[in-house]
Amino acid sequence: MNDLQFLTWVRGTGLDIAVGIFLLGVLWRLIEIYTLGRKKDLAAPRHAAGASGLHTVFRRSLPPPGMLKRSPVSYIGGYIFHIGLAVIVFLGAPHILLITNLTGLSWPGLPTQFIDLVTVVTMAAMVVMLVDRINKPVKRFLSTFEDWFTWAVTFLPVLTGWLAVQHLLLPYTTMLALHILSAEILLVVLPFTKLFHAFTLFGSRWYNGSANARKGVPV
Amino acid sequence: MSASLDKVTQTLKEVIDAPIASYFDSCVHCGLCAEACLFYTETGDPKYTPIHKVEPLRRVYEQEYTLLGRLMKMVGLSKPITDEELGEWQELVYDSCTLCGRCSMVCPVGNDIVYMVRKFREGMAVSGHVPDGIRGATKRTVEIGGPMGLKWPAVANVLRKAEEATGVTIPVDKEGADYLVLLSSMEIVNYPEYIEALAKIFHKAGISFTLASDAFEATNAGIQIGASDLAKVIVTRIVDAAERLKVKYVLSPECGHAYMAIRWEGPNLIGRPFGFKVVHVLELLDQLRQEGVLKMKGMFKDPLILHDPCQIVRRGGVLQAPEALIRQVAENYIPIADQQKWNWCCGGGGGASAIHTEEAEALRAKAFGVKKRQIEEAGVGTMVTFCANCRITIEEALDHYEMNTKLLGLTELLAEHLED
Ligand code: SF4
Ligand code: SF4
Repeated sequence: MNDLQFLTWVRGTGLDIAVGIFLLGVLWRLIEIYTLGRKKDLAAPRHAAGASGLHTVFRRSLPPPGMLKRSPVSYIGGYIFHIGLAVIVFLGAPHILLITNLTGLSWPGLPTQFIDLVTVVTMAAMVVMLVDRINKPVKRFLSTFEDWFTWAVTFLPVLTGWLAVQHLLLPYTTMLALHILSAEILLVVLPFTKLFHAFTLFGSRWYNGSANARKGVPV
Repeated sequence: MSASLDKVTQTLKEVIDAPIASYFDSCVHCGLCAEACLFYTETGDPKYTPIHKVEPLRRVYEQEYTLLGRLMKMVGLSKPITDEELGEWQELVYDSCTLCGRCSMVCPVGNDIVYMVRKFREGMAVSGHVPDGIRGATKRTVEIGGPMGLKWPAVANVLRKAEEATGVTIPVDKEGADYLVLLSSMEIVNYPEYIEALAKIFHKAGISFTLASDAFEATNAGIQIGASDLAKVIVTRIVDAAERLKVKYVLSPECGHAYMAIRWEGPNLIGRPFGFKVVHVLELLDQLRQEGVLKMKGMFKDPLILHDPCQIVRRGGVLQAPEALIRQVAENYIPIADQQKWNWCCGGGGGASAIHTEEAEALRAKAFGVKKRQIEEAGVGTMVTFCANCRITIEEALDHYEMNTKLLGLTELLAEHLED
């Protein structure tokens, strides 16, 4: 298989397989988790302002009092790379084009230079987060193979995309094919690893928020 | 797998619900929950990271409920939980978790970790890996009536003394009273002033109340150990008495875990809503304050800070009353940085104070470090709280550190300054 055939495959069959596994995987996992149900709380509820599942879904996006100081790298690094990834994926012109091809939806993107800058900053933040995971006793203690693996699987598409645009290291066609392949790997593993928090965190925050709201505590 | 381990796995399987599954799948191993837990902040030992305390439960979830986990189990690639491992976890689940719930406030993906610990304890209780101290307390509550083995005649004796001291009659088993008053053994034994305070306040407010000779104990060690069947027996006793005496309200004592047990866990344990309302004593006092019944003569002058017991405030939802009440009686009340629902635990909740091994006591003293700093930073000589269990724990720690901080109970402080 030469470069062009490789590229054609990842753009065609490869993409179909990856998106298929991703969609089925997400659906399966959501069913697996949320059909477990929960018991009704029989204690008479108390009401308080600002206490509900929805409040917590939003409130948990901000660091609770004192926490930013205790773990600045987690928060600042976390914000930068999450926002960076979202900007690259949803506002980079080639990505919008892909989404348009898949769904028909389209919206304006950001200039290439800006996306380049965001990409570099995002990668820097991810490297800092990795170093923090290695250095901080608690993070290192909690880390398993999955943590290193999911870091790599998330980092690679960003890196290869950037290298392709910059025409570095490998011929453009090859790098682009590698970029698409790495993104496909990310799609495939997402539903089955901790990356699935992208979906479940809404449910988790909501459960926590609503359980505590019954007691009248905004969490 | 041994038969008993089978039963443990079965119990753990049963406690896993959609929230727990969602929590496990959301965890990104960021370690932020550790920063909220006093056992980590005061020791720096990563094993005290809250989410790590439920690791065996996570493995059961993965192996029993997830596609990938089940596949791995089929081909023998996963590590089933072992009895030995649960034995190792006992320290993490009981000695070093007070069910304070602070971790559940900070997890960025929203995990309610204390809920997971509480549920994990149900499996631990089946496995038998529970601290002797809590096991004994549970057994005594079921068989004798209270965690400290206190029997009614002894309680009646304390009540008689309180009647003599206050000149107020304390009715027992009186049908049709508004309030059924519950106590905690710790109060009866160590802080009988609480009972006097209550009698005075009820008398002043003209509220009818009674005690029940067969249901005076409000604490529920069954919940702390994680044995729902025993917890149910203990709660049922109170429900039966409340229904027999046809009271409108059941008054929870200051004790935080007692409040949690009767107010929030009670109806779920017996499987139906209560026909009466459960009120925490501070809620009642705050209501009386708002009605203008709780008038003070003279104020308490020494500068003081408040220690908010976890199970009443953060976990119990009595958020505003404590501060409003302390301001009513204290001239120099100093609010601290982490207060109300952000308060730090005394280190003795969740049954921990009943564990008397050397290691557990040393750990408890260490965990008190955060409280010690709060007292020192505020530069006060007095701390006020409203939970008998917190008081015992804090007094032990004050002794340990040879601090001469004065520790007062809020209800008594109010009663002392009550206008005659
Ligand atoms: S409930 Fe409290 S003691 Fe237990 S793990 Fe969470 S923060 Fe630590
Ligand atoms: S704070 Fe939440 S996401 Fe982070 S390690 Fe703890 S439980 Fe997991």
